[in-house]
Amino acid sequence: MKAPVDLVIAGQIFTSRLFVGTGKFASPEVMAKAVEASGTELVTVALRRVDVHAPDDRTLSALDFSRYRLLPNTSGARDADEAVRIAKLSRAACKTNWVKLEVTPDPNYLLPDPVETLRAAEQLVKLGFVVLPYINADPVVAKRLAEVGCATVMPLAAPIGSNRGLQTRDQLRIIIEQATVPVVVDAGLGMPSHAAEALELGADAVLVNTAIAIAHDPVRMALAFKAAVQAAELARQAGAGDQSAYARASSPLTGFLGVEA
Amino acid sequence: MNREQLLRQFQDANSRDVEAALLREQLDESALVALLSDAAAPYLEALARRAQTTTLQRFGRTIQLYAPLYLSNECVNRCTYCGFSQELAIPRRTLSVDAVRTEAEHLHAEGFRHLLLVAGESPRAVSLEYLESIARALRPRFDSLAIEVGTFNLTGYQRLVAAGIDGLTLYQETYQTDAYRRVHLAGPKHDYARRLKAVEQGALAGFRSLGIGALLGLAPWQLEAYALAQHGRELGLKYWRSRIAVSFPRIRENAGGRLATHPVSDRALVQMICVMRLALPDAELVLSTREPATLRDHLMGIGITRMSAGSRTNPGGYTEDCAAGEQFAIEDTRSASEVARVLLTRGFEPVWKDFDRSFLAPSCASEVA
Repeated sequence: MKAPVDLVIAGQIFTSRLFVGTGKFASPEVMAKAVEASGTELVTVALRRVDVHAPDDRTLSALDFSRYRLLPNTSGARDADEAVRIAKLSRAACKTNWVKLEVTPDPNYLLPDPVETLRAAEQLVKLGFVVLPYINADPVVAKRLAEVGCATVMPLAAPIGSNRGLQTRDQLRIIIEQATVPVVVDAGLGMPSHAAEALELGADAVLVNTAIAIAHDPVRMALAFKAAVQAAELARQAGAGDQSAYARASSPLTGFLGVEA
Repeated sequence: MNREQLLRQFQDANSRDVEAALLREQLDESALVALLSDAAAPYLEALARRAQTTTLQRFGRTIQLYAPLYLSNECVNRCTYCGFSQELAIPRRTLSVDAVRTEAEHLHAEGFRHLLLVAGESPRAVSLEYLESIARALRPRFDSLAIEVGTFNLTGYQRLVAAGIDGLTLYQETYQTDAYRRVHLAGPKHDYARRLKAVEQGALAGFRSLGIGALLGLAPWQLEAYALAQHGRELGLKYWRSRIAVSFPRIRENAGGRLATHPVSDRALVQMICVMRLALPDAELVLSTREPATLRDHLMGIGITRMSAGSRTNPGGYTEDCAAGEQFAIEDTRSASEVARVLLTRGFEPVWKDFDRSFLAPSCASEVA
């Protein structure tokens, strides 16, 4: 058995490799229960949805931040300037320098703008932020972001909310192979098996929101994702056998011939 | 396709066309026509289920709430359907900045952070300078400000965006040019092409949300729905940074007293909303308090993603006893908190805030936050 390897982001150890989002839930109460059931230690919250100045904000006050690290995100930002402005607000109000950088000028598929994301990441790293950027599954963008000092890269599996699974598998494989920072597969994971598949591919963690939020029973779905992520991690530790292009029978048909001399 | 061809297709489409269209992931033109056709009426339940699934996936279990704030009922247009029409003898008024602030504070206390500022078209009373000063007064307290007022040119819209207004709502009212001319008798709104162009000027100026709509009842609803879907698609392709919002206002009684020449039934309205969801999966679909409570409650999440609540449609209507004349009579008279409660019991989170001032450049962001 391989020894468990900790997931470390910017010096913090995470024992759960499942990160969760807080949007699209029927109520903050349901959201908080699902977050708890997921066993996560990292929760992302859209700054545009919350009132960081209101002590009684329903989303923020529903979560117990002694148990989860808060990862404010810049969703809604259309360019680097907007993202940097809202990140600064977040740092001042939320008392954290961690930020999930999302620059998505297209309001439909919410696909990230690589140019503006890189620009914002450079600025935010210089300003002392721990930056976790949401990116398309582009290996070169991932390298560039790691180079400027991002703490992770968060490539998408499929467009946000699409629940389509690992549509970007081949690109993700390259990102993971070349990674010098943790790779968190974000967006598009619709089923627990998708999350397990991402970890089997070598991702360090996954981030899930829509699949849990819009399930008939979000709490159970959160549990299911937790179990899938744990299963994949256990399998990783167990050391799965290699795949092979041809059959390797346990009782070979040609065994009677003995070993070739 | 011209109008006659379209009308014929709405009649001629058959159940096989509808069933094939229901299986399509993305609606092409023929699928759009099939789902709006008479033959699609018996498939309303299937259509609603598909619309609900798409809405849930794209928007989750949430409904955004906003309030209209009427600034002025002064208007230079003569429109047969509107309670603000220039020739009507109603008490006219444009709120002062202070009076607007009072109305806005009332809405803020109810929980609203997104406002739609509404006014008649009056270059004198509702000028750019007036709207800029309203935006400056309100932006420290509200995260999103949209306008539904007369049209401006590109420079005008750029000024309003710079002042902190992030949404533009501009209904074409009807996409049938003959009907358009019949109901817009005088004033700048009489010019169909000018109005259609104004939305694009707004898009170019950088409004993040572009609201379009047809006033249902002026022309055959299938034609309007088809045109709306095409308009939304074209805008979305060209101005891809802006979110498209589509509204479905049915004509209500007003001081003008005239009723719809092409009434739209509840079933037709629902069909239209569901088809719009499939044609424009990411568009905000808006339903105002013009519609009765029961209908609004049932359409939550079946396409609709944004609602007004507790609305008054006259300047000063929220805080004054003897306010000015209203634009139309509202049907859902429940307060904002009642609507929010209903949302929660039906499994939706009421979203009061879905934008943040701090995205915007310091010149138009909040000074106090």
